[in-house]
Amino acid sequence: MTSLPQDTARARFKLGEDDKPIVMSAAFILVILAVGTVYTLYTQGTATLLSPEYLLQQLQVGAFLGIVAAGMMLVILLGHIDLSIPWTIAAGAMMATTVGGPMAIPVGLGVGLLVGLVNGLGVAYLRIPSMIFTLGVNAVMRGLMVAHTGGFAPQTAATDLMQYLAVGKILGIPVALMVWAAVSIIVMLLLQRTAVGKSIYAIGNKEAAAYLAGVPTRWVIVAAFCLCGMLAGLSGTLLAGYSTKAYQGMGDAYLLPAIAAVVIGGTHILGGRGRYLGTLIGVILIVLLNSVLSIMQMPESGRQVIYGSVIIVMLLVYGRGQKVTS
Amino acid sequence: MSDLRVRLSQNAALLTAIAIFILFYVFYNMNHPRGFSVAVLIQNSNEVFTLAMVAMAQTVPVLMGGLDLSVGAIMTLVNTIASHLLNGSPAQMAFGMGVSLAAGAACGFVNGCIVVYGRIQPIIATLATGAIFLGLALFLRPSPGGNVDDDLSWAATNDLYEIAATYGYAQDGEATWFQPIAWIPVPLVLLVLVVVFIWLPFSRSVTGRTVYAVGSGEGAAYMSGLPIDRAKIAAFTLGGFFAGIGGLYLTLQTSSGNADIPQAGAYTLNSIAAVVIGGTSLLGGVGTAIGSVFGALILRTISFNFRIFEIDPLMQPLFEGVVLLAAVSLGAFRVLRVKNTLELFR
Repeated sequence: MTSLPQDTARARFKLGEDDKPIVMSAAFILVILAVGTVYTLYTQGTATLLSPEYLLQQLQVGAFLGIVAAGMMLVILLGHIDLSIPWTIAAGAMMATTVGGPMAIPVGLGVGLLVGLVNGLGVAYLRIPSMIFTLGVNAVMRGLMVAHTGGFAPQTAATDLMQYLAVGKILGIPVALMVWAAVSIIVMLLLQRTAVGKSIYAIGNKEAAAYLAGVPTRWVIVAAFCLCGMLAGLSGTLLAGYSTKAYQGMGDAYLLPAIAAVVIGGTHILGGRGRYLGTLIGVILIVLLNSVLSIMQMPESGRQVIYGSVIIVMLLVYGRGQKVTS
Repeated sequence: MSDLRVRLSQNAALLTAIAIFILFYVFYNMNHPRGFSVAVLIQNSNEVFTLAMVAMAQTVPVLMGGLDLSVGAIMTLVNTIASHLLNGSPAQMAFGMGVSLAAGAACGFVNGCIVVYGRIQPIIATLATGAIFLGLALFLRPSPGGNVDDDLSWAATNDLYEIAATYGYAQDGEATWFQPIAWIPVPLVLLVLVVVFIWLPFSRSVTGRTVYAVGSGEGAAYMSGLPIDRAKIAAFTLGGFFAGIGGLYLTLQTSSGNADIPQAGAYTLNSIAAVVIGGTSLLGGVGTAIGSVFGALILRTISFNFRIFEIDPLMQPLFEGVVLLAAVSLGAFRVLRVKNTLELFR
C-alpha cells in the first residue's frame, strides 16, 4: 500500500507503539526530579537530588528491585506472572547466609533456580494458571523458611563477598549497580538476539501458534521461570549482603513494585509485547518516586495513594487496551 | 435421569468442594477434645465469615475473566471507616453501616470505571487502586484502634439468642417458638442472607448472565448485544460491596479498625485460593460465588484442624502451603485426559 506524503512525514515524528511508554516514563522521571529539586531548594537550599553521589546511591538501592523486575519481565512477557517472588528472595537470602563461605552465592542462586524450576514445571506441564500455582509455591517456601529459621531472623550473617557485591564500590560506582547492569545486558541480549527471546515473545502472543511453528513452548516457559527465580535468588543474596543478614518477610516489599515497574515500562500485562529498556526506566521511576516522597517526609498513607495514582495515570496515558468490537 | 447427570457434571467442582468441606469439618469435630458444641460452631463461623465475603467479592470479577487484587484493600478501608462510625444512637449506627457498605461499593465502582473506561487490565488497575485504598485506610487509622458499640458487636458475633436477648425481641429470646433457631450463629444467617438475597438474584439477572458471558467470550458477548460495560462495572461494584460486608463484619468482630497492609494482602491471596478451590475457573465464565464460600470454609477448616492436633506452630505455614498447592493442583488432572496437545493452550 502506498502512503500519502503527509502520512510518512507524520510517521517519522510519531513514536512507535513500544517507544511511547519509554519516552513518557523518562519524561516523568524528569518531572519527579524537578519537583524534588524545587522542594529541596525551597526547604534546604540545596539540590541534593541532582548530585551524582545521591543518584548513584539511589540506583544502588534500586538495583535489588531492578534485578527482580528483569526476571519478572521475562515471565510477564510469556503472559504469566510469578507471585512466588517474595519468599524466593527470602529463601535465597536465608539459605545463602546459612551455608556461608564460598558456596553462599551459588546456593542463593540455586535455591532461586529450584523454585523457578518448580514454578515452570507446574505452569508449563501441569497447565495450572501461573497466578495461583506460584501463589501456592510462595506459601510453601514461606512454610519451609519458617520451619528452617524458627520464625525469627536467622543469626547467620552474610559473607564478605555478599556484602561487597551489595555495598562495595569500584571507582565510586556501586558494585550492586554493576551487577544490575550485567543482568540487564544479559536479559536484553537474551530477548533481542536469541531464539529463546523470540520464542518468549511468540508464546506471549499466542502459545498455540508458537507451538505449531515448532517452538518447544513448554521448555521456554520452564526456562523463563527458572531465570526469574534465579534472579530473585540473586537479589535476595545481595539484599542479605546489604543488610548483613537475612530476615523474615524481606522480599515482601518487592513483588508489587516489580510488577508495577514492568508494566509502567510498557510491557503488556497479558504478555507478548514490551521492551527491556522500558522495564529499566520503570524501575528507576519507582525508585526515584520513593526517594523523593521520603525526602518530602510524606506519610505512608500519602505514599500509597500517590504510588497507586501514578500507576493508573501512566497507564491511562499509554497503556489502554483495545475496545472489544467483534 | 440424564438431566440429573448433566446437572451433576456441571456442578462437579462445587459438589467436590462441598464434600471436601464436610469431610474436613466432620473430621475436625470428631477429633475436637470437647466434641461438637454450639460454642465452637459460633467461634468457627466468626472466623470464616470475613474470608467467605472476600472470596465472594473476588469471584465476581474472576467470573468476568478479570481479577481483583484490591479486595483485601477494600475490606481494610471499610474496616477503618466502620471503626469510626459504629457507635452512638441506633440511627447513627445504622447510618455508619450504610456509609461503610456504600464505601465498599464505591471502591468497586471506581475499579469498574477504570477497567471499562480507562481500558486498563483489571489485574494491574486493581493493583494500583488497592494501593490507593490502603493509603486512605492508613490515613483514617494511622494506628489500630476504634470505638465500636459493644452491644452491636456482641449481638452480631454470637447466636440468634444473643441478638434477641440484647435487643429484647421474642421475649428476650425466651419465646418457645424461638428456641429451635436460637442456637444458630449470626454470621451463618448473614452468609445465607447474602447468598440468597444478593448473589442468587444477581447471577440470574441479565447483568449477572452477561458477567458469565463476558468471561466465556467477550467478543461473542459483544456481538450478541449484551450490556458488556454495565456488566463489568456491576461485577466490580458488587465485588466491592461484598468486600465491604467483610470489612464491616471484621470491625464488629475485632471492635477496632486496623490498616494492616500484610493482612489485606493475605486476604486478597486467600480469596484467590478460595475461588479456585471453590471450582471457579480463573479464565472466567465458569463457577459460582457459592463455591467460593465453600473454598473459604475449606481453607479455614484446614487451620482449625491444625489447632486441635497441636501441630508444631512452626510447621503450620508449611502444611498450609502444601495443602494450598495440592488443592490448586487438583485441576491438573485435566492435562492427563487431553489427547490433542493444542487443547492445552486454551
